Amino acid sequence: MATKAPSKRRSGGDLGADLGLSRDDLLNMYRLMVEARLVDERMWVLNRAGKIPFVISGQGHEGAQAGLTYPLDRGRDWMIPYYRSVASLLTFGMSAREIMLAQFARGVDPSSGGRQMPGHYGVAERRILSVSSPVATQLLHATGIAWAAKLRKTGQVAMTYIGEGSSNQGDFHEGLNFAGVHRLPVVYVVENNGYAISVPMSLQSAVPDIATRGAGYNMPGVVVDGVDVLGCYRAGKEAVERARKGKGPTLIEAKVTRLTAHSSDDQQQKYRSAEELAAEKGRDPVPLFRDQLRDAGVLDDEADEAITSAARKMVEDATDWAEAQADPDPATAQRYVYGDAPPARMDDPLWAGARFMGDGGPWGVLADEGEG
Amino acid sequence: MAVMTLIESVRSTLAGEMRRDDSIVVLGEDVGKKGGVFLATDGLYDEFGGDRVLDTPLSESMIVGVSVGAAVNGLRPVPEIQFADFIFPAFNQILSEAARMRYRSNGAFTCPMTLRAPYGGGVHGALYHSQSVEAFFAHIPGLKVLIPSNPYDARGLLRSAIRDDDPVLFFEHKKMYRSVRGEVPDDDYTIPLGTAKVTREGSDVSVIAYGLMAHYALEAAELLQSEGVSAEVVDVRTLRPLDGATILESVRKTGKVVIVYEDNRFGGFGAEVSAILAEEAFDHLDGPIVRVTGPDVPGVPYNHVLEDWYMPNPERIVDAVRRLAAY
Repeated sequence: MATKAPSKRRSGGDLGADLGLSRDDLLNMYRLMVEARLVDERMWVLNRAGKIPFVISGQGHEGAQAGLTYPLDRGRDWMIPYYRSVASLLTFGMSAREIMLAQFARGVDPSSGGRQMPGHYGVAERRILSVSSPVATQLLHATGIAWAAKLRKTGQVAMTYIGEGSSNQGDFHEGLNFAGVHRLPVVYVVENNGYAISVPMSLQSAVPDIATRGAGYNMPGVVVDGVDVLGCYRAGKEAVERARKGKGPTLIEAKVTRLTAHSSDDQQQKYRSAEELAAEKGRDPVPLFRDQLRDAGVLDDEADEAITSAARKMVEDATDWAEAQADPDPATAQRYVYGDAPPARMDDPLWAGARFMGDGGPWGVLADEGEG
Repeated sequence: MAVMTLIESVRSTLAGEMRRDDSIVVLGEDVGKKGGVFLATDGLYDEFGGDRVLDTPLSESMIVGVSVGAAVNGLRPVPEIQFADFIFPAFNQILSEAARMRYRSNGAFTCPMTLRAPYGGGVHGALYHSQSVEAFFAHIPGLKVLIPSNPYDARGLLRSAIRDDDPVLFFEHKKMYRSVRGEVPDDDYTIPLGTAKVTREGSDVSVIAYGLMAHYALEAAELLQSEGVSAEVVDVRTLRPLDGATILESVRKTGKVVIVYEDNRFGGFGAEVSAILAEEAFDHLDGPIVRVTGPDVPGVPYNHVLEDWYMPNPERIVDAVRRLAAY
């Protein structure tokens, strides 16, 4: 279960050929990583500019996310993401505009219509399940989605993503155990960036590799280096194929780095040394993959510039467009508690109105009737 | 028309729904070959097989969380928690996930799931096999909470729950499983969620109750009649969303109300009913709102003397109604 070294640099144009990846695939993966990074950086700029109150994102995770997610079948499979999944979401087809709508919490935001904090993504028509804030809960949803896929014989694979911090929740054990018992078509990705907010791995886990725990559920536990994009792709592809063939779940642990603080409300200098933070910059997957592609002759200055400038334009467009969308209408805030019923009482006289029962209860009613 | 027990109504309704809709799956601890510890799922495994009637590991959070995922991907799960007392490891999945899926996704995702759990005391189950847990869940927007008091309602409500696109908690009182019998029609009737029922008309005092207590309220009303006290009984049936209109109408008519629930008194579901009546029927009240409830101790104690001390019963309801009627 040793960490695989980054794929050897090659001088020829055959990088990724053993994985069935074309030159376009490689450039596509790189493009997705660049887009994710620029979208992510923009979130922080917007936060610092006071335009969005909160950011939680995935800088440093992009290589693992793009590589592991790339093998999924967008037209069929399920993604059950978490709040750092920016590159995974782009890889699975969520648009930069849709991601930015979640940052601005606009009314047309497909994730939640502005109801959830930024980072809580979900797009039903893309089979990207809605994210909540309690961690590891989604791991059980992925397991249930895979169970339904197996019973309904849909051929779908579910891929879900958590941080290593979440791997210490009970839902991690309960989900992997059930998936192991039933050999479900699900891939569990642990993006291990070494910290659960401020708590280091040494205080989180008695074993250095979370993937070791796969053995307890009779599933492969695979460790990949998150800067080795093609190694991540290989692990993701093998796990997805395994799941698709009915051979059961896989636990993949990608060793990544967290280049930002946990969130916009965190100061990581308080618990990570300057030396450590400087060293981690050397594990940034974006420049490392760029160098790998350049060395392999897949990417040159012109192509890199074209990809980067297109990504910048995309981020500009997504930001401006999302910011220009309207806020949600408070009159809609009582919608979707249920499909067909008022939120608490069938006889709620103010149901579906801009007011609600909390507005003075009967006094609101009496006032409306002129009796107050 | 068949006469059956409450549990036979539950069992046969589950079987009927599973015949009607292939997407319905039952999962939980011991629900398969054993047919459930109370036999509520007896025979389903033989008829529908192990894929649709699944024995799970002892993992309540998983039972609910996997049901949420399965519901999102085209199944209609009917998970069972073996005793309501053991639902709490799944509380996060119920509160943070199932209940909020529709709202937090702005209507994009739904979670059609009917979670069944036996609840209630009076069966020598002590602290951890007797609890009434409905107040925790009736507090949560996004959940529908049902408690039937008879086999007819059990079938009509369970059908509606399973066919509903929102997460429903369906609590069945253990003491009633085999002690309460009733007529259950063969036709495909349903009972709309969010409808209470006046199960006995009266003019002096309204008694608002659900589950076993709705049954006891009827017994109490019968005893009171011989004393010349006319009690009206309202069976709440759906705790959320609540049919406030039926409750308000009854209390505005009688002017007096006794609310009965087996759960701890403090902060129980009846407290909300009391608040609604105080806010919206104040002008009609001719006496204080009275509650007959379980006492505020952390669970139903085991010894039969202690258990009897805990449990509300028809005599206590009679006593409360009698005194209120004379107020």
